[in-house]
Amino acid sequence: MLLNQTLKSNASRSSLAGAGKPLMAALMLFGASVLANPVMAVTAEERGLEISVEAKNRDLGWGDMSAQMEMILRNKEGQMSHRQIRLKSLEQDNDGDKSLTIFDQPLDVKGTAFLSFSHINKADDQWLYLPALKRVKRISSRNKSGPFMGSEFAFEDLTSFEVEKYSYKYLRDEPFDGQDSFVVEQYPTDKYSGYTRRVVWLDKEHYRVLKVDFYDRKDSLLKTLEFKEYKQYLDQYWRADRSLMTNHQTGKSTELVYSDYQFQVGLKKSDFNKNSLKRAR
Amino acid sequence: MRDRLFRWVLAHPVWVLLLAVGFAVAATMGAQKLVFKGDYRVFFSEENPQLTAYESMQKIYSKSDNVAFVIAPADGQVFTAEHLEAIRQLTEEAWQIPYSTRVDSLSNYQHTVAEEDDLIVEDLVLEDAPLGLSDLERIRRVATTEPQLVHKLVDPEGRVSVVNVTIQLPGKDPVTEGPEVATKVRQLVADFEAANPGSKVHLSGMVMMNVAFTEASLADNATLVPLMFGVVILAIGLLLRTITGTVSTLVIIIVSITSTMGLAGWSGMYLTGPSASAPTMILTLAVADCIHILTTMFYDMRHGSTKRDALMHSLKLNFQPILLTSVTTAIGFLSMNFSDSPPFRDLGNLVATGVMLAFIFSITLFPALLMMLPLRVQVRTEESTDLMDRIASFVVKRRRALLPGMTAVIIGLSLFVPNNELNDEFVKYFDQSVPFRAATDFQQENLSGMTVLEVSIDSGRASGINDPAYLKMMDEFTHWLRAQPETDHVNSLSDTFKRLNKNMHADDQSWYRLPDSQELAAQYLLLYEMSLPYGLDLNNQLNVDKSAVRLIGTFENVSSTAIIALESQIYDWFAQNANYYDVTVTSPSLMFSHIGQRNAYSMLLGTVAALLLISLLLGLALRSVRYGVLSLIPNLAPAAVGFGLWALWDGQVGLGLSVVVGMTLGIVVDDTVHFLSKYLHARDDKGLDAEKAVKYAFGSVGRALWITTLVLVAGFMVLAQSSFKMNADMGLLTAGIILVALIIDFLFLPPLLIKLDNLLSAKRYSTPGQAPEAVKTLPEVSTDAA
Repeated sequence: MLLNQTLKSNASRSSLAGAGKPLMAALMLFGASVLANPVMAVTAEERGLEISVEAKNRDLGWGDMSAQMEMILRNKEGQMSHRQIRLKSLEQDNDGDKSLTIFDQPLDVKGTAFLSFSHINKADDQWLYLPALKRVKRISSRNKSGPFMGSEFAFEDLTSFEVEKYSYKYLRDEPFDGQDSFVVEQYPTDKYSGYTRRVVWLDKEHYRVLKVDFYDRKDSLLKTLEFKEYKQYLDQYWRADRSLMTNHQTGKSTELVYSDYQFQVGLKKSDFNKNSLKRAR
Repeated sequence: MRDRLFRWVLAHPVWVLLLAVGFAVAATMGAQKLVFKGDYRVFFSEENPQLTAYESMQKIYSKSDNVAFVIAPADGQVFTAEHLEAIRQLTEEAWQIPYSTRVDSLSNYQHTVAEEDDLIVEDLVLEDAPLGLSDLERIRRVATTEPQLVHKLVDPEGRVSVVNVTIQLPGKDPVTEGPEVATKVRQLVADFEAANPGSKVHLSGMVMMNVAFTEASLADNATLVPLMFGVVILAIGLLLRTITGTVSTLVIIIVSITSTMGLAGWSGMYLTGPSASAPTMILTLAVADCIHILTTMFYDMRHGSTKRDALMHSLKLNFQPILLTSVTTAIGFLSMNFSDSPPFRDLGNLVATGVMLAFIFSITLFPALLMMLPLRVQVRTEESTDLMDRIASFVVKRRRALLPGMTAVIIGLSLFVPNNELNDEFVKYFDQSVPFRAATDFQQENLSGMTVLEVSIDSGRASGINDPAYLKMMDEFTHWLRAQPETDHVNSLSDTFKRLNKNMHADDQSWYRLPDSQELAAQYLLLYEMSLPYGLDLNNQLNVDKSAVRLIGTFENVSSTAIIALESQIYDWFAQNANYYDVTVTSPSLMFSHIGQRNAYSMLLGTVAALLLISLLLGLALRSVRYGVLSLIPNLAPAAVGFGLWALWDGQVGLGLSVVVGMTLGIVVDDTVHFLSKYLHARDDKGLDAEKAVKYAFGSVGRALWITTLVLVAGFMVLAQSSFKMNADMGLLTAGIILVALIIDFLFLPPLLIKLDNLLSAKRYSTPGQAPEAVKTLPEVSTDAA
């Protein structure tokens, strides 16, 4: 899937590549401006959308990528658990990304592979390959609010960011961690989302997501996600080496540590189908 | 010094009034800071091993505090389209309850089914899906056969079901969090019952219990305290026939209570179920001081003294006995500091403070008020002491029968003490009038008990729970636990593994068995975990590195002894069958089961300490080692008899009762002190013989004793009306012991004194060379007669 793509709200310099999606976003932006009160210069909703579109545009055109990821789970008692995962993703025009996640550790799930087709306007398609059973099983997409591998990350926290998945509201400017940032509120459009809203801090210079507060269905603060140690790839795309998700209600947390980012390694559509799942090792 | 104080008080009543009121107001301001903590965890000290184990388990898995909606449909049919839809809606709305982290019900149960090559994981009752007869039948079949659901969320006949909401209180503001949940939950119930006429929803669960603690105590203070004031007004008004006296006594009581509670607020203390009964107790105990001062004063005034002289005489005469009885009472209550349960330490400290404050106000503010207010005594004929005379004559005349008779009764009843059983079933802390109790009773009758044991089985290595040997052990243990007679339900991950294995084999029932390899088990679990929606994950059953599983057993509401027995049977099972796993059993039920015993032992120590201190004080006050030791009998016998009677009456001794011995000790000694000191005064100062001395003692303090006893018994009987059974039992037993103490002081102590005297004089006669007994002249340690 996924995983890295959360960070995709966070690209750098504006890109002209991938003509489809920016066009659509631009249309949306245009639509929003037309609907807005003509007297007001820009409404908070328009401003929020504008920032989000810009963030998305800056992360377009990376093509395909792969990375290593370690997942560290902690509970309130301080117990830890480590998981080793490999990721591969393929950017799609006019749709969400395709991604493949391969589990290396724990050993008893080694070789298990997860394939996800993220979509803009409909539920994602997801499959899991179980090597012990030698079968591919489809996974219901109503689980998007559910935890990924028992972690504090829900599926929806990890799938690719698409402008259309939320409606927006710009809240304020605020420095975060020493960087001037926009604070934008996002409201999920899908009824199966586990959140009423997300509050996102993006730095003004690179439009990278620095922090996200997640509010649950009763609008109480549930989790906070922080991105650390951003690095730039291909002179354009920013990816964080660490992200930390803290659940305020349970005191549990999950940390993702990325390494070995590689871009444009030549992955194709055929590397992302049900048959490729079984070959993924 | 003392006399100067009293003279100053009587000369400057206005100043005394201003000073006392100033102090009381300053102290009382602290009451604003006083908050009520309803959390059941307050009953356990931080070092309590059962609490520590439980808190640790909650951190490893997830918290299990909950609200349970126990729903009885109008027609007694859970599996109808309308009712299932109603449950589904309630389930959805329940996510809006503050601090809710998980909602489990029939409708959102994550049903797994094989469909071609896929594993479908979805709500048992889907939204927007009209339910036909076949669907209803399918849902009924799943719900009443699935081990995770039947006996827990629905009964086998499909008459009652439960929507269980897991609540994670942040604990930042314990005062508002619980009530906040309760308000929302009750609103949901009201909406549900309005939308589904005839349906009845009961609210159970640990959070509702916390709320019940708060509400029962608030209700008590709203009803019992005014009732108690009524009793005091009646008692003093009728017995002493004085408006000024009654009003002044009320003032003393009020400032004593408000100052005490205010000081508690200043000290940062919070209130709990037991410590909230402090006002009632202080009220009861503070009255005695005033009664003693008033009776002496009125006696003098009737005999022609001026108000000022009578008051002065009364204060001088009563200072020492009131001080002594206040101190002994305070010591008795302070013995509660040995309790293992913090609320009882607080109660002890509060009442001890209140009693001492009442003493100070009684010798300062009280006389000041009496000086300022108009006071006239009806010149009546002397209060008839006929009754006391008759009792005295009877006791002296019948002493040869009374001594062995009373001895036999005391010993006989004391023999029943061991028949009491230590028991703390938190469900029964409330009487049937409390909705929480009614709900748990209903739940017990129709579905399952409230007793829960959480069993964590640690394999000691990451992913260890997927090991076939571990799975087999978990399955065998689950079977064994389900076979225990008290067991209502066991939630076990082994069922999930079997079900998934079956689903993976096209729902073939013959595959309803454990996966036979670690990889298979791990990958089934991963697939299942990846399919679960928000809030319905397995974090409540699995720890982070999958090295341990938590099983949750639900049992009938049984006694503490039965729960502790079950706990050791579980440990035994693992010792015999799987001793290489690290097993922990915890739960609130278990915490309460152990607290009674822990508290009883620690209170034993506290009671002995109080007894030693009080006996020492008595010895000093009576200036006699012999009578100090002798006083142990009438001081200890009431508690023994009281608990013997309790064994016959109820027989269940919980947290609240294990502090009663120490607490009553300080109160019952008062009677003994008064009686003994009068007796010795007559014997030694007036040179009367034993029989006459007994009659003198009856004549001078008998009436005061029975009036104070009457007030005390009435006060604690008022507390016994509490719907919070912990306090009610405490009140009832304390009232009983105080009454028994009076009976013993009247019917047993005098014959014993006469008998002892006879023995002593015989001995003195036979060994004339010996020094006379050390019983020397006494100060006037008593209240003078009424």
